[in-house]
Amino acid sequence: MSTPALSLKGLNKSFGPAKIINEVSLDIAPGERHAIIGPNGAGKSTLFNLISGLYTPTSGTVELNGEAISGMPAHEINKKGLSRSFQVSNIFTNMTVRENVRCGVLHSMGQGYAWWRNIGSNKAVQQKTWEVLEHCALTDKANVPAALLPYADQRALEIAITIAGGADVILLDEPTAGMSHSETERAVNLIRRASEGKTLVIVEHDMGVIFDLADRISVLVYGEIIASAPPSEIRGDPAVREAYLGDEELPEEVA
Amino acid sequence: MSDTTRGFADLAPSTGAKFRQRTLPILIFAAILFAIPMAGPSRTFYTLAHQMGINIVFALSYNMILGKGGLLSFGHAVYFGLGGYLAMHAMNWIEDGVGIWGAIPMFFLPLVGFAGGALAGAIIGWPSCRKAGTTFAMISLGVAELIFAAAFMFDSFFGGEQGISGDRMNGIELFGLSMGPIDEVYWFIAFWTVVGVIGMWAFTRTPLGKLSEATRDNAQRVQFIGYNPQRVRYLVFIFAGGFAGLAGGMAAVNYEIFTPDALSLVPSGFVLIMAYVGGITYFVGPIFGAILLTYMQSMLSDFTEAWLLYLGVLFIAIVMFAPRGIAGVVFGFLDGVRGENPGRYFGRWIMRLVGILLMLMGLIVLVEVSVRWSNGYGEVYEPFGLHLGHGNVLSWLLVILPAVAGVWLTRFASKEEEGQ
Amino acid sequence: METIVFGLLNGVSYGLLLFMLSSGLTLIFSMMGVLNFAHAAFYMLGAYFAFTITGSTSFWIALFIAPVLVGLIGAVVERFGLRRVHPNGHVAELLFTFGLAYLIEEIVKIVYGKTAVDYRVPDLLNFAAFELYGASFPAYRIFVIFIAVAMLVGLWFLLKRTRAGLIIQAALTHPHMVGHLGHNVPFIFMMVFGIGCALAGLAGVMAGNIFVTDPAMAVQMGPIVFVVVVVGGIGSLEGAFLASLLIGLLQNFAVGINLKFAEIFGFLGMTDLSEVGRISVSSLAPVLPFLLLVLILIFRPQGLMGEKEL
Ligand SMILES: Nc1ncnc2c1ncn2[C@@H]1O[C@H](COP(=O)(O)OP(=O)(O)OP(=O)(O)O)[C@@H](O)[C@H]1O
Ligand SMILES: [Mg+2]
Repeated sequence: MSTPALSLKGLNKSFGPAKIINEVSLDIAPGERHAIIGPNGAGKSTLFNLISGLYTPTSGTVELNGEAISGMPAHEINKKGLSRSFQVSNIFTNMTVRENVRCGVLHSMGQGYAWWRNIGSNKAVQQKTWEVLEHCALTDKANVPAALLPYADQRALEIAITIAGGADVILLDEPTAGMSHSETERAVNLIRRASEGKTLVIVEHDMGVIFDLADRISVLVYGEIIASAPPSEIRGDPAVREAYLGDEELPEEVA
Repeated sequence: MSDTTRGFADLAPSTGAKFRQRTLPILIFAAILFAIPMAGPSRTFYTLAHQMGINIVFALSYNMILGKGGLLSFGHAVYFGLGGYLAMHAMNWIEDGVGIWGAIPMFFLPLVGFAGGALAGAIIGWPSCRKAGTTFAMISLGVAELIFAAAFMFDSFFGGEQGISGDRMNGIELFGLSMGPIDEVYWFIAFWTVVGVIGMWAFTRTPLGKLSEATRDNAQRVQFIGYNPQRVRYLVFIFAGGFAGLAGGMAAVNYEIFTPDALSLVPSGFVLIMAYVGGITYFVGPIFGAILLTYMQSMLSDFTEAWLLYLGVLFIAIVMFAPRGIAGVVFGFLDGVRGENPGRYFGRWIMRLVGILLMLMGLIVLVEVSVRWSNGYGEVYEPFGLHLGHGNVLSWLLVILPAVAGVWLTRFASKEEEGQ
Repeated sequence: METIVFGLLNGVSYGLLLFMLSSGLTLIFSMMGVLNFAHAAFYMLGAYFAFTITGSTSFWIALFIAPVLVGLIGAVVERFGLRRVHPNGHVAELLFTFGLAYLIEEIVKIVYGKTAVDYRVPDLLNFAAFELYGASFPAYRIFVIFIAVAMLVGLWFLLKRTRAGLIIQAALTHPHMVGHLGHNVPFIFMMVFGIGCALAGLAGVMAGNIFVTDPAMAVQMGPIVFVVVVVGGIGSLEGAFLASLLIGLLQNFAVGINLKFAEIFGFLGMTDLSEVGRISVSSLAPVLPFLLLVLILIFRPQGLMGEKEL
């Protein structure tokens, strides 16, 4: 097998006495769409925070394309091609949608911390911003201040900022949480298109979305991965049923 | 969905809008500056105008970190002062023809100030910009105290109590300006004010300027688009220091003297008030604030010794009732009268205005009567031939009645707005 | 030897005064997230009120009434000012208190005049507690230490033994949870702000007659108190306590050392012909808190007892 896009090795995280992440090891192949599921408080978001550099692991390592990234500051990790979204919308509220996305684009367009050029005169930046906006169906709202967006559009903007930098490993934390059925559908389409040819790790509670989207599913319970397998196997796994899925209705095979 | 003919160009404002929103205001600003000398203003006016120009640049530089960067500083005068001191020394070097300095016109001293302010920002900002929020504010205060105290220990640079003085009529003349008479200095101030305004406006349009806004809004997220928020803050801080130093350089040429007081907490507080009262969410806000407060500072302080009290009341009132400052009130008014039902909006606005004026009247009587009582020279406040002593019932009526009426009127206006 | 003993005693009494101020500030900050810029202004009010009350009655009455008055003013300010600004965020709140500091100073100038008032140590305590090596130590300073310790015990009792204290404590450790405590939160905010201001007022009563009671006293004390809070780690009472004592001792020891840099660093070739060489340690005393601040920032940005934050 080639180098995994993302590889977690014996990852642990404790907050004081509380052990939140316990010996998590996981390899995710390039181009894979990987879902992480688990009950509330299992540590899914914490896992994302460890991978993306918001927290430093108590022990263990994270490797991105074979290179150890744990302990690096978050912005360095982002520059290496890993981008994430947040469970609670985390956008630039006083800027317009377009400015939000443009900020996400800046780095990948080699703008750095430039103070000597006009942001508006760079065609490549504008073009890329436009593409991302179009991709996320936000062009109509491009000049709306982000704070005034309806909830579903804020979630879309959250994803837009995440993918704007063109990272090849994308972590999405509950992108469809709190959305209506039709909004969820739109979001799933968006995610599918956005993750084409990229590695996607997604945390979701909506089973329909997961079984629809994921190539492989890992189940995280109390900070431990109890199973990691393709959807069809997960569905049949008795341990998973007991620990997590419980009596929740599983969607039948998608045609 | 959009069709293929649309593109990013559709999102940007049209050329006409750009001209109206960006180029036109600057042109008008420059035109006003150009027209002022035609009116043959008095010496007092020039003095005031120069102070305004300096304060406009200073307040705008402050807003680079407060309004656009979200960093509240209580020590911004440090950069103004250090830039100004360096310019002051350069002025003397030019006079003495030290090294290459003899070949540099006085006209460019603000650039020396810029360098000094930016350098100071680069050194001081390094430890302070690790933190944002309240901690940053406290640090800026501590650092300002430190530098101010140090100013009295290093006389060779700061010149002790007397400060450093110089003579601007030296070196090469540029544009035929000897820089001697006050109306020649005017062109110097006007030029650098415009340069400062355009420079800082252009900064808001650069990637770094936008990142600064992003960091203000959400520093955490900035990390996840590949930027280090601390570095963004640090770079912005250096520029803000530089432009403050530019203002300092302008002041050095204008006053030909700099004393350690220029970097004390007092001007630091004043620039904060100028920017905030003007409105920190708008680029032009600090310009409004600088013009208004400079005017108040020089005019009001002649009329009343309690002018700082009025300033405090104004500031608190703005913080409590108009957090977007004067610019917010002005633009809000323009939007309001353009909105639906302008008549009623205008009515409410007038009601508020009258209410505020009434409250102000009560306040003025109260303060002026008290000040005279406090001084104990037996002086009495005598507006419009009235004789208002502290023992006079009329004085107290004139305090209480307008105040109550004013509060009632403004409340009424607010209630009506809510009821609508 | 005498420098050490006196430096120690003066340092402790000054440090405890600083803690009276910084504890109120910390309490308010931890509970409400507001850094009360006007804190030193309330300290000044305490001194002036004590002066007035002492003039018409006695110091002992002032000792109780003045802090209460200051606390009441604080509560009123919170109720009708700060609460209104609260929705606009912490920067707006900080700016509000900044304006308030301005205003209080100007009002004090009008009411009490621009020069210092004659607020004196009460006769009962105006004697030398003991003599050592020919120098005497004023009894009033001992009294300051005594009152400060009493305040410390009182604060401890309030926090550990009363219901309101429990809520405040919860707020100290889990600031975000306060919002879920129910409808009495605004009232608690008002109380905490009032108590914090009262503590500042108490410090003013105690310090106004040791130092000078004039309109500049707030501006002089303010920055030092903020340094204490930052050095200790914003929001940490233990940190504030440590930093108060540290700064109190540091300043008072430095005052007693008349050496110049040239004498200390003479072995490095520094002479008192150079500007740095002419600086004496004692003249550095007022600057020391700020130097400490910069050092802490470089080597331990979260402060002595502060938690690491992003
Ligand atoms: N910074 C922190 N300090 C202390 N405890 C934390 C911290 N962050 C997370 N936790 C704890 O870790 C546990 C896991 O939290 P996490 O947010 O990772 O769960 P999750 O699986 O994402 O849950 P959800 O489905 O609700 O999003 C929770 O019990 C939480 O209280
Ligand atoms: Mg989560």
